Amino acid sequence: MSEALLRELVPAVIGVLVRRGASFATAEDAVQDAAVEALRTWPREEPRDPKGWLVTVAWRRFVDGVRADDARRRREELVDAEPRPEPGPEEDDTLQLYFLCAHPSLTPASAVALTLRAVGGLTTRQIAQAYLVPEATMAQRISRAKRTIADVRLDEPGDVATVLRVLYLVFNEGYSGDVDLAAEAIRLTRQLAAGVPHEEVAGLLALMLLHHARRPARTDDDGALIPLAEQDRARWDTRLIAEGVAILQAALARDRLGEFQAQAAIAALHADARSHEETDWVQIVEWYDELVRLTDNPVARLNRAVALGEADGARAGLAALAELDPNLPRYAAVAAYLHERAGDPATAARLYVAAAGAATTLPERDHLTRQAARLNAQERG
Amino acid sequence: MAKYLLLKHYRGAPAAVNDVPMDRWAPDEVTAHLQYMRDFAKRLEGTGEYVDHQALSPEGTFVRYDGEGRPPVTDGPFAETKDLIAGWMVIDVESYDRALELAGELSAAPGANGEPIHEWLEIRPFYGVQATATE
Repeated sequence: MSEALLRELVPAVIGVLVRRGASFATAEDAVQDAAVEALRTWPREEPRDPKGWLVTVAWRRFVDGVRADDARRRREELVDAEPRPEPGPEEDDTLQLYFLCAHPSLTPASAVALTLRAVGGLTTRQIAQAYLVPEATMAQRISRAKRTIADVRLDEPGDVATVLRVLYLVFNEGYSGDVDLAAEAIRLTRQLAAGVPHEEVAGLLALMLLHHARRPARTDDDGALIPLAEQDRARWDTRLIAEGVAILQAALARDRLGEFQAQAAIAALHADARSHEETDWVQIVEWYDELVRLTDNPVARLNRAVALGEADGARAGLAALAELDPNLPRYAAVAAYLHERAGDPATAARLYVAAAGAATTLPERDHLTRQAARLNAQERG
Repeated sequence: MAKYLLLKHYRGAPAAVNDVPMDRWAPDEVTAHLQYMRDFAKRLEGTGEYVDHQALSPEGTFVRYDGEGRPPVTDGPFAETKDLIAGWMVIDVESYDRALELAGELSAAPGANGEPIHEWLEIRPFYGVQATATE
């Protein structure tokens, strides 16, 4: 059976129930139940009209729920409910769900979970597995999130930037468990881009595609990190790169630059280079200047120092680094890298040890430890 | 079956026999060590004895309640904390002897010069569930 089809249908089916008078929270619960039921029964026999099947099962769940949950009052309310505004096309329903699930009143973790369930059509179990928490914990996170946004009306316009931040978070989670969150984030961003002609949506989609293209080269078979400079560029996915570059160029042509377009431009310049040495570092530094101007983000400044180290030499990189806060994440790792390039392996080794101690992931810690070990072994001769 | 926690320490355990910090190993030796750990966990999954393992960052802070309406007090991180846990593995095995046997194998992970580290691991039994039949 097509689990992908099921996931695509979920937001539209929630939209149908909401237009029939269900609240978002109850509609979403009913559709989740129907989706879990579909995962169980479709493998044996996929219905001829999967969407109709989902609507029927979800509506039955909803009605059962209303009955069970102090029935009469709720049903009367439903019957007496004011007529809803003229329903728009279904794509609009799905777009409204993006805004609702990324509502600014939600914490990032809640917005991510709710987006994956209501827009992404994933089950609570799948989301829990992906984030390595118990299913009951994730279920609570989602129901609390729904209570938080209970009074938000679906027809309120939202801010596309909040949606993009949520999708960016999902993308960066990579993958664990059965669900490839990076691929899921790309699917959801693609769907959003199809409905919202916004340069930054296109910019984020391009950024994701360009990063995703490098994934096969980013780790070895044992999961160890391979830094960009050492990646086998033949393993980059040229189809994804071409698509990302085309989307980015179309977005940049509209001359409304934003942070995701700038980040995508940097990723595109890396994708464009046949080797680390052939990389156009001067242009990359210029894009980092743009990014710093747009966001004033200290991490962008840190990455700019690395690029400057490549463009103008390690000393220039170290000088730029000296102006930044040493408590920034990855500061020690960047300092180690630049000191090695500047011909000071002893300092670099010491900094790599410090960086390993401050690493936030195991592959990163192991990679940095190996760098320190490599330099110390060289020193011993 | 009984569950045991195998604790690995950054500090606080007696010194290992092959006691060289990892950044002083050859890079290949680091790789071999990581491979040994992965293989060990995979093998226990195969025998149905694996439950979980996690590694912890060395940075830690102490926290305590400081009274109604006040933010919690923090202390540390302490560079010289005597006991610093690096990570753990939880196993579910037939007997205490089997738990000792596995901890011994884990302690034999290769380190500097490819020699076993002979690292001291702490082994702690979980409290079990009350058997209904003993009521």
